[in-house]
Amino acid sequence: MSVINNKKIKISYFPGCTLKTTAKNLEISAIESAKKLGIEMVELSKWNCCGVVASLTSDDLMKHLAPVRNLIRVQEMQKNKLVDEGENRLLTLCSMCFNTLKLSNKRIHENNEDLISLNNFMYLEEDYEGEVEVIHFFELIKEIGFEKVKEQAKTTLKDLKIAPYYGCMLLRPKEVGLDDAESPNIMENFIESIGGTAIEWEAKSRCCGSYHTVNNKHIVINLAKSIIENARKNGAETIITTCPLCAFNLDSRQKDIIEEFPDFVPMPIFYFSQLMALALGVEEKYFGFDDNYIDPKKILEEKGLLSN
Amino acid sequence: MPKKLKFDYKGSEFLDKIVKLSGEIITLCDQCGTCSAGCPFVEEMDITPSQIMRKVLIGDMEVMDSQTMWICASCFTCTVRCPRKLDVSKVSEALRQVKLRQAVDKMDISDISAEEAKRLPVIGLVSSFRKLTG
Ligand code: SF4
Ligand code: SF4
Repeated sequence: MSVINNKKIKISYFPGCTLKTTAKNLEISAIESAKKLGIEMVELSKWNCCGVVASLTSDDLMKHLAPVRNLIRVQEMQKNKLVDEGENRLLTLCSMCFNTLKLSNKRIHENNEDLISLNNFMYLEEDYEGEVEVIHFFELIKEIGFEKVKEQAKTTLKDLKIAPYYGCMLLRPKEVGLDDAESPNIMENFIESIGGTAIEWEAKSRCCGSYHTVNNKHIVINLAKSIIENARKNGAETIITTCPLCAFNLDSRQKDIIEEFPDFVPMPIFYFSQLMALALGVEEKYFGFDDNYIDPKKILEEKGLLSN
Repeated sequence: MPKKLKFDYKGSEFLDKIVKLSGEIITLCDQCGTCSAGCPFVEEMDITPSQIMRKVLIGDMEVMDSQTMWICASCFTCTVRCPRKLDVSKVSEALRQVKLRQAVDKMDISDISAEEAKRLPVIGLVSSFRKLTG
């Protein structure tokens, strides 16, 4: 295993439900890429679904139980020495888990009474002490340094033109966002570090329609189409995301877009981690390309990035 | 004919409830329209996000019949842009909750076709149930 800065990181990792089902390709490619960067992602023991969306009403404390319970698990990981000493961070890949866990953590930081109520409710659990920090994979890469990722890269992406799609949950609300809400650059820096070219575009943080995909899919069809067309207009060959719901809406819903708009030209959608795995020389079986809806290999083969 | 506004007890009680539930001081809204201008869902809505704010402010309970609160997907675009630092996503959630707490759901799981159910990711199912059922 190559080790960056001679420093290895062993950190608690929260997968969330979708990374174990329809977004396995996000998880495996990220875990294997992380290894190349000296990061060992140790899956949180007994984790539970975070609830996906944060509860936004003042009196609805119940929905914060699930996120906070996961934060207690991080304390246990530390006590059982399953992660680095003093490593109080919880690493996430899914944007929605990141957002929801962080919003609950913020709420109990600001309202000690809520923390006391939740701890009392979970009587037999150990108390949550409020010391866990929720972070996203991008933040860890930034900490290691984008130039280090560049040094580790085995292949460059040969200026593949990539649209960085932030969506909502990485950036908003401001108190939990990992970058500037209106003009972020962390994904652009990431793209440059793996040898791609980040395009500038307007729709990078426009909502994809989110959960309306379940019972109001025409909303998603319209929004996803406008996002993909905006990426193409600005020269993108592909879009990257870190959210399994955005991925479904932008990738899988292209089937529905084509049914409604036969002239629509499909565009491959990648998880950021799939292209990172490619650049870092991870074995191809960990790319998880079979789980992508629009064929992701074609563009890579055209660029000579993948042997066919 | 200018429309007359009536502030009655019920209306001010309603405003009070939504202020408490959302934690937003709705009376601070100056109707600048920034939230509506940036909302990616505005074309799908029957009234705009700023109209929601206005209607709650004047205690107009007819706002509960609007579809806007159900279309608002808590994307937080308006949240980061409001010059008065108000959060319309929280007001929408409060309105949804008032309705859902009557034990009425906004979606029915049996409306999802078998083919769709197989395709849909867990993240979508859980979040829509959380937002649209009580
Ligand atoms: S942006 Fe804020 S102040 Fe302006 S209309 Fe919307 S809620 Fe009111
Ligand atoms: S949070 Fe709701 S009202 Fe605000 S921009 Fe997003 S969808 Fe529109």
